[in-house]
Amino acid sequence: MIIDTLDIAVRALRRNLLRTLLTMLGIMIGVAAVIAMVAIGNGAKAQVEAQIASFGQNMIVVMSGNASRGGVSMGFGGASTLTKQDYEAIRKEISGITAVTPEIRTSTQIMSGNQNLNTSIIGANEDYTGIHNWPVKSGANFAEADVRAAGKVALIGTTTAKTLFGDTDPVGQIIRIKNAPFTIVGELVSKGTSLMGSDQDDVVIVPYTSAMVRLTGDTKFRSLNVQAETYQQLASVQTQITELLRQRHRIGEGKDDDFIIRTQQQVTEMATATSQVMTLLLGAVAGVSLLVGGIGIMNIMLVSVTERTREIGVRMSIGARGSDILRQFLIEALTLSIGGGLIGILLGIGGAEIVSAKFGWTTVVSMQSIVMAFVFSAAIGVFFGYYPARKASQLDPIEALRYE
Amino acid sequence: MKPIITLERFEKVYQTGEVKVHAVRGVSLRVLPGEFVAVMGSSGSGKSTLMNTIGCLDRPTAGRYLLDGVDVRSLDRDHLADLRNQKLGFVFQGFNLLSRTTAEENVALPLRYSRQEKLSNHDRRRRALRALQLVGLSDRADHHPNQLSGGQQQRVAIARALVTRPRLLLADEPTGNLDTQTSIEIMGIFQRLNRAGMTIVMVTHELDIARFCLRQLVMRDGRVIKDEPVKDRLEAAAELLKLQHEHQAVQLTV
Repeated sequence: MIIDTLDIAVRALRRNLLRTLLTMLGIMIGVAAVIAMVAIGNGAKAQVEAQIASFGQNMIVVMSGNASRGGVSMGFGGASTLTKQDYEAIRKEISGITAVTPEIRTSTQIMSGNQNLNTSIIGANEDYTGIHNWPVKSGANFAEADVRAAGKVALIGTTTAKTLFGDTDPVGQIIRIKNAPFTIVGELVSKGTSLMGSDQDDVVIVPYTSAMVRLTGDTKFRSLNVQAETYQQLASVQTQITELLRQRHRIGEGKDDDFIIRTQQQVTEMATATSQVMTLLLGAVAGVSLLVGGIGIMNIMLVSVTERTREIGVRMSIGARGSDILRQFLIEALTLSIGGGLIGILLGIGGAEIVSAKFGWTTVVSMQSIVMAFVFSAAIGVFFGYYPARKASQLDPIEALRYE
Repeated sequence: MKPIITLERFEKVYQTGEVKVHAVRGVSLRVLPGEFVAVMGSSGSGKSTLMNTIGCLDRPTAGRYLLDGVDVRSLDRDHLADLRNQKLGFVFQGFNLLSRTTAEENVALPLRYSRQEKLSNHDRRRRALRALQLVGLSDRADHHPNQLSGGQQQRVAIARALVTRPRLLLADEPTGNLDTQTSIEIMGIFQRLNRAGMTIVMVTHELDIARFCLRQLVMRDGRVIKDEPVKDRLEAAAELLKLQHEHQAVQLTV
């Protein structure tokens, strides 16, 4: 029965091929837009997630700040409140963590021979590269002893190494940071561009002790990086650290923390929430074009019903029920919308491919969006095809037969 | 014999805006199996309304109509459609075939809508071909309507009306669009079917055509004013022969 009706529908649509294709075009563009847009949105999300993962696994960042002075929250960096004792207390007393490191960030001019450049300096302990999933490519990481002794040793990022030394191996070379000579003990693997678009390989990492004494002169930390043993322990470690620091900083009940603590989970959620909003927006825009396509189908189906009034009359006179006519026109509308949908899916996948090839954007075509687009186009066929089909089914056979 | 058509004091009133149009004012009529009735009358005489009612496309405003023993007045749209499908075959003036659809598929169309017998594609084809055979067109089964002459198209339409093996064949000016010879050919088919037992009711305004039938009904102003057997009945075969002789005679003189 359905096959029969489908056969009738396809014949009717083939009778006016150009019109059929033009009607399908609306749905095609709509579906293709949905698929391509969602693919671009998902690609952005996947990229964000990948970058957050490369940032380090199961990370918790403790930042000093948020101290309110006279009721005004100073936010991150308002004041350095994290001491070396805090750091050591976390290291000793918190359970479920694999590593802790202070993170000092500054930026200064470094020199080697007659080369000099401005680069960012990170001061940390020997666990920093481990926490951030950032292995040494050649040479070796500096040791705990270097940290304790405020040793003049450094790890160098690939961009910095290239700028200063070209193709020669930087390991063993001397660089001068604020006139202090540091020996390069290792070169880090490339980490690429950060979320904000800065080159993460334009960097020099030195023991935090050296950084404090020789570069910044600070006695407190702006930030600590903690790595939890597992993803599940992130929350528990976060509460433990919060309690410990509130106790150590003697913060009374009901008062604000003088530090900010963020788990990787939270950062990920924030970042993905942003990209989800983007995906949703893109999808909504594409959805509107689907709607327009649906109206196009309704329009053509109404024309088609009028044109074929006589045919409807003949079918009714030889025994077609109203429901037979309804089904015939509904299936015709569905054939239009689903046909357009299927072509649109192919176009959308192709479009996503082109975008990623031409602009270098990551795109992820999800099965979910394909299924959704398909179901949606079918739903549009039913929704916008129903009214014309019902109109056809309720025609009076006598009037329909007399129609010229 | 139980009548195929029983009309008792049938009336039809159309309400068009403020005006009431009394299209049929009390017609009582019986048509027995095997009859061949010509319904005649000028436009506005009510013959179309009568045909629409007999064809179950419309219901009486008052009175009773039994088609093959089924009271039509109480039936809803769907049941009327089923009745048309099972018991009636329609032949129209304008043939009303579906374009870009082969003769065979046109003929098989009513079988698609049959709720009584679910036939396979193969069986439908077989039935359609047999119906085409009855009208002598089995060699044109694959042709589209636009590849057929008017007479051939009307024969396809007759085959379509016959394919469900109806109790009654209804023809509305079946020869209205055809030339004399083709008209006689079509009437020949009707006479042959009638002789094989088919009951036929046909609307026409041509006296010559009505003379091929067995019974003549004339309507005026919503009433039947004449209902009598056809005198000096014509035989299609004889008439065709006569026509051919006339043609030859014309050719000889020219």
